[in-house]
Amino acid sequence: MTNGWTDVSNADVILVMGGNPAENHPVGFRFVMEARRRRKAKLVCVDPRFTRTAAVSDCYVPMRAGTDIAFLGGLIHYILENKLWLDEYVKQHTNAPFLVKEGFGFSEGHFTGWDESQGGYDRSSWQYELDTSGHVRVDPTLEHPRSVFQLLRQHYSRYTPDAVANIVGCTKEEFLRAAALIASTGKPDRTGTILYALGWTQHSHAVQLIRAAAILQLLLGNIGMPGGGVNAQRGHANIQGSTDMGAWNMLPGYLKLPRANQLTLQDYLKANTPRALRPNAWNYWSNTPKFMVSLLKAYYGQNATAQNEFGYQNLPKTGENENWGWAYFFDRMSRGELEGLISFGMNPVANGPNTAKMLAALAKLKWLIVVENFETETASFWKARKLGDKFYTGFASPAQIQTECFLLPAACFAEKDGSFVNSSRWVQWKRAALPPPGDAKTDQEIISRLLLDLKSLYQKEGGRGAKPLLEMSWDYANPAHPSLDEVAREINGRHLSSRQQLKASSELQEDGSTMCGNWIYCGSWTEEGNQMARRGQEDPTGLGLYPNWAWSWPANRRILYNRASADREGKPWDARRAPLRWDGSQWSGDTPDYKGDASPESLGAFIMLPEGVAKLYAADFLEGPFPEHYEPAESPVKNPLHQEVSTNPLAPVFHGEFDRLGEAKDFPYVAITYRLTEHFHYWTKHVASGSELQTNFFVEVPEELAREKGIRAGDRVRVRSARGFVEGPALVTKRIRPLRVEGRTVYQIGIPIHWGFVGRVRGPLVNNLTPSVFDPNSGTPEYKGFLVNLEKA
Amino acid sequence: MKQTVAKLIDTTLCIGCKACEVACQEWNDQEFSQGVFHNSYQTMPDLAAHFWNLIKFHEVEKPAGPVWLMAKYQCMHCADAGCLRACPAPGAIIQRENGIIDFVEENCIGCGYCITGCPFDVPRLSPRTNKVYKCSLCSDRVAVGLSPACIKACPTSCLTFGSRADLKFLAEKRAEELRAEGFSAAGVYDGPGVGGTNVLYVLKYADEPELYGLPKDPKIPWTVRLWKGPLKWVGNTIFFGGILAAIVHYLKVGPKEAHEDD
Repeated sequence: MTNGWTDVSNADVILVMGGNPAENHPVGFRFVMEARRRRKAKLVCVDPRFTRTAAVSDCYVPMRAGTDIAFLGGLIHYILENKLWLDEYVKQHTNAPFLVKEGFGFSEGHFTGWDESQGGYDRSSWQYELDTSGHVRVDPTLEHPRSVFQLLRQHYSRYTPDAVANIVGCTKEEFLRAAALIASTGKPDRTGTILYALGWTQHSHAVQLIRAAAILQLLLGNIGMPGGGVNAQRGHANIQGSTDMGAWNMLPGYLKLPRANQLTLQDYLKANTPRALRPNAWNYWSNTPKFMVSLLKAYYGQNATAQNEFGYQNLPKTGENENWGWAYFFDRMSRGELEGLISFGMNPVANGPNTAKMLAALAKLKWLIVVENFETETASFWKARKLGDKFYTGFASPAQIQTECFLLPAACFAEKDGSFVNSSRWVQWKRAALPPPGDAKTDQEIISRLLLDLKSLYQKEGGRGAKPLLEMSWDYANPAHPSLDEVAREINGRHLSSRQQLKASSELQEDGSTMCGNWIYCGSWTEEGNQMARRGQEDPTGLGLYPNWAWSWPANRRILYNRASADREGKPWDARRAPLRWDGSQWSGDTPDYKGDASPESLGAFIMLPEGVAKLYAADFLEGPFPEHYEPAESPVKNPLHQEVSTNPLAPVFHGEFDRLGEAKDFPYVAITYRLTEHFHYWTKHVASGSELQTNFFVEVPEELAREKGIRAGDRVRVRSARGFVEGPALVTKRIRPLRVEGRTVYQIGIPIHWGFVGRVRGPLVNNLTPSVFDPNSGTPEYKGFLVNLEKA
Repeated sequence: MKQTVAKLIDTTLCIGCKACEVACQEWNDQEFSQGVFHNSYQTMPDLAAHFWNLIKFHEVEKPAGPVWLMAKYQCMHCADAGCLRACPAPGAIIQRENGIIDFVEENCIGCGYCITGCPFDVPRLSPRTNKVYKCSLCSDRVAVGLSPACIKACPTSCLTFGSRADLKFLAEKRAEELRAEGFSAAGVYDGPGVGGTNVLYVLKYADEPELYGLPKDPKIPWTVRLWKGPLKWVGNTIFFGGILAAIVHYLKVGPKEAHEDD
């Protein structure tokens, strides 16, 4: 989240799209209710299904899964056509005045630079026009035809209300009603927030979708404002923490993984340290060398020296264009290219797309270690044919599977201390409530004992690639069981000579005199102690920021980009909702997202970006500088905007035996998968209370479709995709309205996840149905909007 | 006299998350039960002997579009309680000083009259124990100054616990707010026909409480009123006469012989 849960209560309009917080974040949803009670805020809900969030909304718009960019593009168009943007904000805090090089354009589904043979873009025509000193040329009036603002206007000119309604499937009136509410926040004294979750990230164009939301919020002046922002509601208690720590194809603190062509640390730093594009850009990522060297010192301690590039050569490097994200390594596994897998707190058989592919991939491994609280589908994947009976008749029988499987019992969240990072970026320390049962061990003990045994094996027997392991620093009181206090102190980092804990990331050095496990967590455990364990309830700004409750990354900042909450002179857009105040010599309030004593005019408000301002136009992503509507990989219609380039041309396509895509003639209905309040992922089916509240798998079928097919409530139905099928009772409902798209009726079918072939309550794995299709930037699978057929079982 | 306590359910803030259901099950140590699918998000079709707090989900078509109403259902703790009127077993159903209607398990004889007497169809007979159960408004928690478990668990402050007088005031104020927002039918449901209930509801569509699964005009059946009213002495005569007759019969005839093939 750019802002945070408590801050949602400061909003005037709340757009919930690509998420369903009443069901999936019911506790956080109290702040939505508070905004409605306290400020008479309006709740707009855009969703294929009339959800429990929709049930308490002021304005509900039904939509076809996978058409969010069309809807948001329509909002951008609506704001530009009706002159509803916050002009001063856009001029001062965004790259709207920046000029783009001559030659940039978009036509028939492709931006300029498309190379059909490579299946990718040459991005040179997307770059800014620079002056002789290397800074971007600007037109403060925004009138230059090559200014970002004019290009934006031109790009979204096609997204008229009629075009939106035709793609999305709602009525024009429904769209306009929502647009009027959302656009009403383009005034200095009104703010709107956006809450989203996996309904936005699980698409083959997800990153661009969220970019579209950022553009919308920037036009309305809602970024940096209390009650504003673009707010991702994270799904698991510590998924934000695992992202911050680089568990997903990154290094900690969002540092990029080294590539094979970055032969030296210097190469790596050169490629990943941006240069300022405007004279007033602070360009905080220019500190990348300090972050990276301090991280290497944390990894390799004494073994990291200036002479050996601080151990840079110990880091694995991926091929120049290689991706080792989830989708790609499972694809490699399915081709037999991986020897083993340690699945730590992860259940890929259940939560990965295309279950048959997951099962087949695991069967190719020599060994599999699963570390879990329960015996999951992944731990017992080799029994799938037996336990999942008819769903996996083509899968190998247990006797045929050679994979050696280990299930290590792990302590659950309540049985270990440590920190949870919530959606608000609050790093909250917790204490173990009870000891782990039986032989269950804490994560750190499992990792440490694996490491120590591996080290001693390498020392005794030698072997390839031992150096990174042997040189790793493991400087803990009990190396077989580090305390998480020790680890957290290391993540915060310290001065190596004085052994003093770092106060802030500004103290980091690139000469190897500081170490830090994650630069964005600098300040979480200082000489004053564990900041994450703080429980102060003071609220000096009156905005519900609670600066003394736990610790928020970065720098205990509660609202990101908060400098943008004020104008050029530092005067807040809304005096009643000012997270920051400038007194002539310094900023007070929230931790400023700015130099604390820099005058309002001296720097750009977006200090992390080389532009110094926020990007309406961003050449950083694969598909193009502006988000464009592409259909899901499986869609009932050709893209009404450009039939020839219907789907995201950059979405990776796999060609294995399991990677089948269906067509609308065989699979006419759109399906979406989602979670229910009653369960937590594939976990609570092992627990009594969760199982009781929602015992049964079911399929939600629109009333009209049920009538057409002769399906009555409770009838057993079979949903089939090009990959597999599921079966369960039909929940016939009015809450999924049939939509009109391109002059025809489109039905959507809802399929909740949560069941599987092991657990106290059982049901089919819905990922039997889902395709191995991913967002090219993030690698997230497309679970929202794929094609199925429906029949009575 | 102790203050009458009450629970306020503001259905406009209910998101059907079922935290109240879990809290109720856990506080009361209820057994696990496998649910049955019945075309709804609702945990089970109706209250059960071991499930006292159920959110009812109702899909309704309104002129402005679909509406999905969620309202928690449990014992209403009526001022004039039909169950209490109907109960023949001394001490099995009691009305506490604070207004809570409590079922006392050890005194219950499992006759099920309270079920007939309840205008809200709340009490449930357990076939296993042959006794009747329902929400106690956590009288055990309330007695030591805690709020009921469901109230504590509610994330959206849809549930409030307090004195009946305070909550009635809050409820009316909230209904007024809703009417000002344009929901002209908004109002408070306070168990008409049973002298008021200690469970109050704020409803957007107060003119159609049946949309939420609440009876529009709850009434204690006339048979029950009669049974505990004018006919009580008749009933008592018949009841105790029956026992007397049984004793006389026993003394005269002796115990019934059980046969092997019974």
